[in-house]
Amino acid sequence: MGVKVVRRRELTLWEKLYLPQILGGLKITSVHFFRNMALHTAHSLGLLRQIRAAVTYQYPEEFRPLAWRFRSRHRLTVREDGTPRCVGCMLCETVCPAKCITIVAGEHPDPNIEKYPVRFDIDLGICVYCGYCVEVCPEDAIRMDTRILDVAAYSRDEMKLDIHELMNPGLRKPVAECTLKFPHECRPAGGGMKGDWHESRRTMSVLP
Amino acid sequence: MMEDLLIKLVLAAVMFFGVLNLAGLHTWIERKQSAIMQDRIGANRASILGFTLLGLFHPLADAVKMFTKEDIIPAGANKVLHTLAPAFSVFFALVAFAGIPFGDRVRIGDRVIELQVAKIDVALLYIFAMLSLGVYGVILAGFASRNNYALLGGLRATAQMISYEIALGIAIIGIVLIYGTMDLQEIVRGQGTYVAGWIPLWGIVVQPVAFFAFVTAALAETKRIPFDLPEGESEIIGYFVEYSGMKFGMFFLTDFLETILVACLATTLFFGGWQIPYLMPDGFRFPWGAMLPVSQWTYVLLGVGSFSIKVLFFCWLFMQLRWTLPRFRYDQLMRLGWLGLFPVSVANVLVTATVLAVVHKGS
Repeated sequence: MGVKVVRRRELTLWEKLYLPQILGGLKITSVHFFRNMALHTAHSLGLLRQIRAAVTYQYPEEFRPLAWRFRSRHRLTVREDGTPRCVGCMLCETVCPAKCITIVAGEHPDPNIEKYPVRFDIDLGICVYCGYCVEVCPEDAIRMDTRILDVAAYSRDEMKLDIHELMNPGLRKPVAECTLKFPHECRPAGGGMKGDWHESRRTMSVLP
Repeated sequence: MMEDLLIKLVLAAVMFFGVLNLAGLHTWIERKQSAIMQDRIGANRASILGFTLLGLFHPLADAVKMFTKEDIIPAGANKVLHTLAPAFSVFFALVAFAGIPFGDRVRIGDRVIELQVAKIDVALLYIFAMLSLGVYGVILAGFASRNNYALLGGLRATAQMISYEIALGIAIIGIVLIYGTMDLQEIVRGQGTYVAGWIPLWGIVVQPVAFFAFVTAALAETKRIPFDLPEGESEIIGYFVEYSGMKFGMFFLTDFLETILVACLATTLFFGGWQIPYLMPDGFRFPWGAMLPVSQWTYVLLGVGSFSIKVLFFCWLFMQLRWTLPRFRYDQLMRLGWLGLFPVSVANVLVTATVLAVVHKGS
């Protein structure tokens, strides 16, 4: 094994004077200062809004742009009539590595559809956001495109989403008890989760 | 007699109103300026009734926090000295401003008022004395805290301040030689003349080396980055570890007051104080012969404005330096003081004296 000799560079007289180096440093910081200052001033006048003056995102008011395929909070998609698309095949519950999905299937009144979920619970306190449930679903019944990131609660119980919250991503705890028997059109928050992938992506990004 | 007292009170009130407010604002300037130059946004959340006003309420929130925090005096600490130390620091930093002239003389009737809180013939010496006395606050804080780290911090601070005071004092001898007075008001008046008819005879023109030595040494006096070894909030422990609440706030305030004082001194000694180029007491007299008369009050207000703008510029510059440079190591600090600034200042004095002797012999 050869020995690598590291030659430390001696400082030149110009660098040892230190003053020119200070001015160089000041130049860098001042350029940033005046550029950002000018941009902030322009922004307050409503100009040049497309150029950012700071890298900061003012989080609760302003969201980071998310990647197109970003995996956020789950939702259950619905049919034309507003009932869940899920047929209770248990594939997602089976594939889930964190075992956070609980499905209780019931017989669907429509003879063309075999089953429907009587209960569909996801415990977000356990979920690892791997997205296997979305991949495995044969019916495109579960998606992770709500763009909801601020999944937070004061207790573990509140982290558990039931079928109401999964079908209405705008809904937040506490959810009013639903007495209707499934399958029914469950969209107390106005729903609005229909359409194809691309369209729902567009509408979802402006969720409250 | 009564009137004199009243005038002095008004002058002091004006000066301290400006200085204390600027010091309070410095917490805001520090946050915002560092944020903007680092592509951030800075403090903007404190709001009153939904108004954030660019984060200007943060200094208020700070003050409320400082005053309502618990004041802790460590067990076994010297209670009297522990309480006295921050008061010393602030007191000496504040009284030093009395010697700073912030405007030309005003004539009301047959009374002539110098816009300077205390008209002292040796104002320069007075300010330096007050700056030096500020070291007591630091060493007492370290000593009275009954904490070895605080004591070491206090010793570091004392060694640094005393070392740089020497360079600071020698750096301005050149200015004193050229303007021939220790009276700051007279030094500023002396900067109202012109070289070759059009270059203002400001300190920076005749004493550029002294300016750099002065600013460096003076920044070391303020104990801020890159000379913040006495405090070293981030890693090494400083002399005010054992302070909390407003007592800590007073040390913090002292830092800002000293920064402003240094800005005032740099303006007064090197950038013409309240002078505006080509502005005489009766109006603008441009070198090409044009003349624009102004009234006495306009002249005085322009002077005060000029002084304020220069001071604000220096505050900005010092803040920019503070957020640009990394901290020195202690041996580098001492080497810079004793082997860099001290010889440079002495050489500057010698060269200035020689040149002045030759010039005066010739004339």
